[in-house]
Amino acid sequence: MSASLFVVQLFNGLQLGILLFLVAAGLTLVFGVMDFINLAHGVQYMLGAYLAVMAYGITGTFFLSVLLALLASLLFGLLLELLVFRHLYGRDHLEQVLATFGIIMLLNQGVKLLWGAAPLNMPIPDLLSGSVPLLEGLRYPVYRFAIIAAGVLVAAGLYLFVTSTRLGMLVRAGATNAAMVSALGVDIKRLFTVVFGFGAMLAGFAGVMVAPILSVEPGMGDQILILAFVVIVIGGIGSIRGAFLAAVLVGVIDTLGRSFMTDVLRLVLAPTTARVIGPALASMSIYLLMAIVLAIRPAGLFPAKGRA
Amino acid sequence: MKRAVLKLDALSKSFGALRVAEAIGLEILAGETHAIIGPNGAGKTSLINQISGALAPDKGRIVFEGRDVTWMSMAARAHLGFARSFQITQVLRHFSALENVALAVQARSGSSFRFWQAAAGEAALNRAAMRSLDSVELAARADTPAGSLSHGEKRRLEIAIALAQAPKLLLLDEPMAGAGIEETQRLVATLKSLKGRYTIVLVEHDMQAVFALADRISVLVAGRIIASGEPQAVRANAAVRAAYLGEAT
Amino acid sequence: MPGAMRGIPAAAPSAPRAPSFDQCLAASLFALLALLPLLSHGIASSYSLLVGERAVIFAIAALSLELLIGAGGLVSFGHAAFLGIGAYAAGIAASHGLGTLCLALPAALAASAVFALATGAIAVRTRGVYFIMITLAFAQMAFFIATSLAPYGGDDGLTWPTRTMVLGRPILKDQLTFFYVCLALLVATYLGVSRLIASRFGRVLRGLKDNETRMQAIGFTPYLYRLTAYVIAGTLCGLAGFLLGNQAEFVSPAYMHWQRSGELIIMVLLGGTGTLYGPMLGALAFLLLEEALSRLTEHWKVILGPALVLTALFASGGIAGAIAACRRRRAAPRVPVTLPRLVHHLLDAGLEPARSWRRAIRRRLLRPAHLFKRGAHRARAACEPATLALGRGLQALPSLAERGLRTSVERWWRR
Repeated sequence: MSASLFVVQLFNGLQLGILLFLVAAGLTLVFGVMDFINLAHGVQYMLGAYLAVMAYGITGTFFLSVLLALLASLLFGLLLELLVFRHLYGRDHLEQVLATFGIIMLLNQGVKLLWGAAPLNMPIPDLLSGSVPLLEGLRYPVYRFAIIAAGVLVAAGLYLFVTSTRLGMLVRAGATNAAMVSALGVDIKRLFTVVFGFGAMLAGFAGVMVAPILSVEPGMGDQILILAFVVIVIGGIGSIRGAFLAAVLVGVIDTLGRSFMTDVLRLVLAPTTARVIGPALASMSIYLLMAIVLAIRPAGLFPAKGRA
Repeated sequence: MKRAVLKLDALSKSFGALRVAEAIGLEILAGETHAIIGPNGAGKTSLINQISGALAPDKGRIVFEGRDVTWMSMAARAHLGFARSFQITQVLRHFSALENVALAVQARSGSSFRFWQAAAGEAALNRAAMRSLDSVELAARADTPAGSLSHGEKRRLEIAIALAQAPKLLLLDEPMAGAGIEETQRLVATLKSLKGRYTIVLVEHDMQAVFALADRISVLVAGRIIASGEPQAVRANAAVRAAYLGEAT
Repeated sequence: MPGAMRGIPAAAPSAPRAPSFDQCLAASLFALLALLPLLSHGIASSYSLLVGERAVIFAIAALSLELLIGAGGLVSFGHAAFLGIGAYAAGIAASHGLGTLCLALPAALAASAVFALATGAIAVRTRGVYFIMITLAFAQMAFFIATSLAPYGGDDGLTWPTRTMVLGRPILKDQLTFFYVCLALLVATYLGVSRLIASRFGRVLRGLKDNETRMQAIGFTPYLYRLTAYVIAGTLCGLAGFLLGNQAEFVSPAYMHWQRSGELIIMVLLGGTGTLYGPMLGALAFLLLEEALSRLTEHWKVILGPALVLTALFASGGIAGAIAACRRRRAAPRVPVTLPRLVHHLLDAGLEPARSWRRAIRRRLLRPAHLFKRGAHRARAACEPATLALGRGLQALPSLAERGLRTSVERWWRR
């Protein structure tokens, strides 16, 4: 356990947190505003990555393919909303679970059909390749910094949008009480579409950014989806601020836990026991965090619906 | 001198800047029918919610039969003898009227952690439930799903459920709300039959019913009690007239 | 109709009643399953018996989930965790040479109960969307614990040395015996769960699902009842896991994967929540569907996925819902079914979604036309003063012309 490894893993955790935030932000808005359980958000992320790879195959330039993939993600999200999700608002959560589960099945198998089961990849653009020195003797990849920077920019933009624009105010109002917003004369259907499209684009963006550094394969969205759920539960449904804090917390704890749990346990337990329990405890760490938060606040840290 | 069954001591509650209750002090005597009236938005339902345990007050105490119940949950208070009817009807829509009332009886007859015997066949529960339904003239509709009952029948069912709890304190939140003339007369007759047997706190807008039923009236305006006493005194009170009853009365 | 669960005896005298339609259906399902070994001897092979075993085991799991969803209103997306825990507990016992019925079965049940109590104590404090996500997360936690169990196979899973011994003899090794043991346990589970739902406890649970505020006002604390239901459901699913592990003589973390939890929910919904025979039918139907589709193509999920979406959109009552609708229609006044009426009805039902889509598309296509019309109106309104002036001018023209003509005629006359 060294200081440099700790710093590197801290930044990796931050990067994971930012990615989680991008996925969780759209999800928490959809939950909060439309009371709609969208299990298919994870495949939206996966689709973003696949579309980026495909666009890169066509165009050959990184930034153009990012743009194209983002657009395609948005269009696909809107298509899904129009065809399927729109008819499920206001219905029982069970039916929403069933339908979105079917979409996951369809898309996971669909990408396998179209692109094969082998993992795909995309090279990091020259502009963002290489590494920069962090501390003396410690270098960190530029691309990962770029992800963190892009994510923070998006988070700031989202915060400004939600707090300072009229549409953002409607979104916040919708997350608190959608029926009232509709009763006040706002076209709630259009608001829902905007929220959904936004969320889909955010998830797609996360997938696009991750394509050069992770292997793009079917099912890559599932694990991120569950982590995003944990983030939302901890942060509070409908709250972007909560999602950001919880995402960074979850990302950092998960990454640091995986790297250092065994070492930390070795300080108190026998080495063999530590080696056995360590990985298990590390993977459990964020769920334990979730359990602790829920034990104190069953509605999360910053629930949009407020605390009576 | 009748003893006080329920004592409210400087009860206060605010939602942000909105003060729904400001240092409310009230005493409900045993066996009396105490009406709480006031304009819309005065905080009457919030007061009932605080008394029944659905809402926790910011300050103050609620003492029931000498016991401080301020922090007890709704279910715990129900076991102590609180029973309420809701302003917006809350019945179990998929259960029959009989089962709605039988559940109220079940709550006070032994443990509900029984996993084998069919509850619907328990004759004792059903008998007590039928008696309760009889007292509100709903016996003929015992097997109808509660969701299919008419609005007036649902209001009567709420009272039947409350009675089935063998309560020491009945909290009735606008039982006549939305009921037609005939229904209202029937409800007033039912409530008249309960007078003296139960301690009733009645929130109502229907002034005829209030003056027909109440032993004492308290007037709640903007979270404060501005008058409390015998019906004639309250009727004559100038402040009450100005705030609520109007000059024509 | 008491308590929104069909097949529950109504509030009537305690005289013995004829079995209800739902109970008859369940009984005939059991009879059919009991005859399965005889049928399988003739047709396929012992493979159909294996499928039947899995169907029966998953029917037990689906019943336990129905207790939570149908009676309690708690949608658990982590129920497969109990399948895995039951199987792992018995498997670990077997791998240590303790694979006897009196040790392995209680171990499986106890492990499931403890996990249910520990996770339920936190999860049951929440409702709705939160509950779904928390149960999912806890199941994922169990999944990760299982993958990290290196001495017990970790990711690759644990192969059982043998099936659970009963009184020191490998009775369960015989396929036929094992099948009937599973079937017997299914019948027992069905009876147990149906008595549970009709009991005092079950009535409170159903009441809490219907209107929690009213139940609290009567004097029931939701937390304890829901937690108890969660533990019972978890333990029952642990039993199913015990049987599943025995059937495959193998257990792996994949038993607890959240996709498996999703499949359990699909079984309950496909069969129809609100009845007890529904989830059992749903389990059978899902497994048969899986078998049939996977023979068709390797990418059978591309077919199943949209099928699930369509079911959620148009047939959310499942098989039981369809049966109930049929019975309602049968009970309604009869309209003679003629061919034209039947065709009309089918076309109607089939075309309805297309019609609503067509309406939506037309609205969108017509919007530019409306905008154009609106623009044309506005343009006309803007030009109105000018056109008015032009019209007046044109009107004035003849009189102007007449005056001009007269003036010029007079001038010419004076010359």
